Amino acid sequence: MTIYYTKEHEWIRVEGGIATVGISEHAQEQLGDVVYVELPEVGREVAAGEPVAVVESVKAASDVYSPVSGRIVDVNRAIADNPALVNEDAEGAAWFFRIELADPSELGGLMNADAYREYLSTLS
Amino acid sequence: MSMLARTPLYDLHRELGAKFVAFAGYEMPLHYPSGILAEHRWCRGKAALFDVSHMGQIALRGAEAASALERLVPGDILGLPSGRARYTLFTDETGGILDDLIVTNAEDHLFLVVNAARKAEDLEHLRRHLEPRCRVEPIADRVLLALQGPAAAEVLARLAPRCLELRFMHAAEFEVGGVLCRVSRTGYTGEDGFEISAPAEAARDLARALLAAEEVRPAGLGARDTLRLEAGLCLYGHDIDRTTSPVEAGLGWTIGKRRRERGDFPGAERILRELREGPARRLVGLRPDGRAPARAGAAILADGRPVGRVTSGGYGPTVDAPIALGYVPASLASPGTRVELAVRGRSEPACVVPLPFVPHRYVR
Repeated sequence: MTIYYTKEHEWIRVEGGIATVGISEHAQEQLGDVVYVELPEVGREVAAGEPVAVVESVKAASDVYSPVSGRIVDVNRAIADNPALVNEDAEGAAWFFRIELADPSELGGLMNADAYREYLSTLS
Repeated sequence: MSMLARTPLYDLHRELGAKFVAFAGYEMPLHYPSGILAEHRWCRGKAALFDVSHMGQIALRGAEAASALERLVPGDILGLPSGRARYTLFTDETGGILDDLIVTNAEDHLFLVVNAARKAEDLEHLRRHLEPRCRVEPIADRVLLALQGPAAAEVLARLAPRCLELRFMHAAEFEVGGVLCRVSRTGYTGEDGFEISAPAEAARDLARALLAAEEVRPAGLGARDTLRLEAGLCLYGHDIDRTTSPVEAGLGWTIGKRRRERGDFPGAERILRELREGPARRLVGLRPDGRAPARAGAAILADGRPVGRVTSGGYGPTVDAPIALGYVPASLASPGTRVELAVRGRSEPACVVPLPFVPHRYVR
């Protein structure tokens, strides 16, 4: 299973036409202690690049964008109940939402893990 | 890129793994590896050490220093006993606030601590209005450390037993770990604690000696902000500025009795009128019903109409809920009043609550 990343520091894993989306380890580290997460409504149709969730640390609020277009089919209530999970396991248990892909070709524009690592090295 | 100033403790912050932030022209620790929440909780439970050397330290010297300073602040400075500190404000002719500061009667001079972002303006203001009646001396060769939390007194007493003689808002000069320091029992967290003005060359050893205590951990500006917000303490440039008056900000208590009677301070006309008749708006505490924090700048609504703005807001770690400060019309300022806060285009219900959000634990 391939994991892709965006320049806005979301990760996306695709399995059978359903993509799981979260924020990267780098993003959680930059944010610091996460204290609030706002999730989209299940059933909502979203376009690639649209802000669909919010993650707030003690410091600031950040939007989480959907890397792809499609319909939200599931959200992770566990991180709304326990936002600190985002700091503990950003690229695992702390996924944000699942989305049914409208156009799998959109994945072509995303970075793989190596490309993302390279991208991060250009930021500092 | 403009160069940021560094405090004499910059290298120590680096060693401790600080993440830095630009603040008022200084490169300051935002937090250390444990993070803002852990630092906040440690301060409430034990003791946290903050480097606040970016703040301005100023000495006013001369026999007329107190009466001269009273021309710029509404506080009672002539009546400030030796060894006592007082919170006061520089006000302007319209009754707005130019800065907030702590003034200590240090026997042979007045010792002022002002905000980092305002120190250049404050110095100019002091010089323009007070010289040559008194000498205005910026103190650039000293650091300022804040040791805050319930264990602060016990820890500091090991290095400076005399600190236990001080009560809240008392100050004295004595040796801390063999170095002569100016120590006051003051702070910006709502906890018991001390602020220590020390010679820059002794800063590193002093900070290390304090951090060597198992009760003490370093904390950055992030925790300083969440702690002061829970304590309901104003932040200059956010909750108070030239557009807000002391009475609106709930700081009417800083205006001395004699000063009220004489009305001999900048902005007295407006400030005395607001003390008499009440201000049009007031700074209040706000508690959203939900979990979404309302940040500075968020509109405050009543019955769907905008009535004010949040001036500080975020997650309160000790309250374990979002909290905010903001201005509302006086008619909506009573605790229990229902309002809404505009967060990302939604109206989040919230309640006006008494301040502080977390009770002060000063040792009086």
